[in-house]
Amino acid sequence: MSGVPFTSTAEPALPPAPGFWNSPGLRRFRRHRLAVFGAATIVFLTLACIVGPWLLPYTDTFIDIRNRFAPPFSGPHVLGTDPLGRDILARLLMAGRISLAVGFSAMAIAMAIGIVVGMVAGFYEGALGAALMRFVDAMLCFPSIFLLLAISALISPSVPSIILLIAMTSWMEVARVVEAQIRSLKTREFAQAAVSFGASNRRIMIRELLPNAIAPIVVAATLNVAHAILAESYISFLGFGIQPPTPSWGNMLESAQSYLTSAPWLAIIPGAAITLAVTSFNFIGDGLRDALDPRMEGQ
Amino acid sequence: MIAFLLRRLGQSLLLLLIVSVIGFAILHLAPGGPMSQFAAGGDMTQADLDRIAEQLGLNRPLPVQYVEWLWRMLSGDWGVSYRDQQPVLHIIASHIGATLELMLTSTLLAMLIGAWVGILGAIRRYSLFDSLATVGAMIALSIPTFWFGLVVIYVFSVGLGWLPSGNRYTMGDGSFLNQVHHLIGPCIVLALVSTAVWSRYMRSSMLEVVNQDYIRTARAKGVPERQILMRHALRNALLPMITITGLHVPTLLSGALVTETVFTWPGMGRLFLDSISYRDYPVVMGILMFTAVLVLMGSLLADLLYGVADPRISRSGR
Repeated sequence: MSGVPFTSTAEPALPPAPGFWNSPGLRRFRRHRLAVFGAATIVFLTLACIVGPWLLPYTDTFIDIRNRFAPPFSGPHVLGTDPLGRDILARLLMAGRISLAVGFSAMAIAMAIGIVVGMVAGFYEGALGAALMRFVDAMLCFPSIFLLLAISALISPSVPSIILLIAMTSWMEVARVVEAQIRSLKTREFAQAAVSFGASNRRIMIRELLPNAIAPIVVAATLNVAHAILAESYISFLGFGIQPPTPSWGNMLESAQSYLTSAPWLAIIPGAAITLAVTSFNFIGDGLRDALDPRMEGQ
Repeated sequence: MIAFLLRRLGQSLLLLLIVSVIGFAILHLAPGGPMSQFAAGGDMTQADLDRIAEQLGLNRPLPVQYVEWLWRMLSGDWGVSYRDQQPVLHIIASHIGATLELMLTSTLLAMLIGAWVGILGAIRRYSLFDSLATVGAMIALSIPTFWFGLVVIYVFSVGLGWLPSGNRYTMGDGSFLNQVHHLIGPCIVLALVSTAVWSRYMRSSMLEVVNQDYIRTARAKGVPERQILMRHALRNALLPMITITGLHVPTLLSGALVTETVFTWPGMGRLFLDSISYRDYPVVMGILMFTAVLVLMGSLLADLLYGVADPRISRSGR
């Protein structure tokens, strides 16, 4: 058994490894001011949506009939009230719970589908891989909103079914990313080494290849949350998504167009919340891309 | 080149076949299926429903239904609407004009602004303008199209009274100017996302080109900077943009649906939404397939045009 000695007593002491906070990746992320802004915003929004409703004097379903259409910053209702006299801030936070939950859960499911399909297609290229990727291509031929609407009209809309629906129509990009990664990674030496050790295909895929493809997967996951929140808002706005009385950022806007002249805040406030959340996720995704993939730096 | 063309065409046809299977499967395997429109009323007995299924051929095995449906589609018979018994192709044809008008004008607008922003960003890289354009593009990609539409209506129709808040023209006034006036709002709204996409890709495409040897050669020859940019750099930087435009069709179609809804624009997107509310299966299916064909044509055209425009690609005979 000759070769590289396993340990050496003469090994010089290594400098202490940089802690988590000072790791090169995180340093690059922190330098990306917009990404930090995005991350802070998401943390703030999430906390506000979780804790906020308990701190407010009104619940999202309390009807203050004498204060209908109250404009923002004018009375006891900080962000005003809707046509039924419900407090908009309370509804905004409850809607945020739903919209953010839909975004995160749809992302998790979409990632699971996309990673499995991409991994299998990339690893087994050949007929199976080709068939899977042609299926991905075919799914991408349908403009996403058309596909979402076509299916959402057929199912009874509820929060879980909307989550599933959005996941089912947004896993394809992830599959493409993962497939390309796995296909190139499996020709690398460490993968060949695993093959020569007699590791099973499943072990090679999950333990060797997938961890090395984690950077683009994390970026895709972040952008996927942004996409899912947008998708939810689109179909809810069009009346086929989350159904009232459950509030979501999208369905708060559903009737807003009729009141655009008399009560513009009904449209402006929820839309601003969606834009803020989606922009933040996109900023984070952009920052992660720079942080995790040093080759992209300076582009 | 011919071989490449044929192979690409063959691939597209195969993809179209898969697309048709998926589309058919989604609409027929969903709970309720194509019969849900009749069952929704609740005033029909099971015997009635069975008879309707029998008459529409919906009680046969799915593969049989699929093959027959595909054959009919290929021979130009896309079925008739449940709502008014009009042929589906006829209905689509009467709505596609408004959608194409909107898509083409907004693409043109997005190209002009996006290219300008992208080029300026590339020339003055890391300048204040460049940073603002980068952040602006990110935000533009994050704004829900329908909300931007509402904001545009609020500012320009409700507030300033400059633009009409919807429809394609004023009733009884079909003049060209009136139509253009109505087009401005939806066109701006639909162009937002495309502009952001164009500016990003234009910037990176331009940055790639300006570092090429032939640009340095042109500089060394003493060609004026302006001419280098316009003649040498821009022409080559625009090439990849053909592909971007072709691949952008699905996003554009989705955006058009939302824009048409907000601006009550009588196009295909609104037709789709109406048909869905009515569970008008033949029309929903027809539009779904039609948009998929448009998307496929977009990417095919992008490939072919790119092959024609870039001699390096056509010569390699890929």
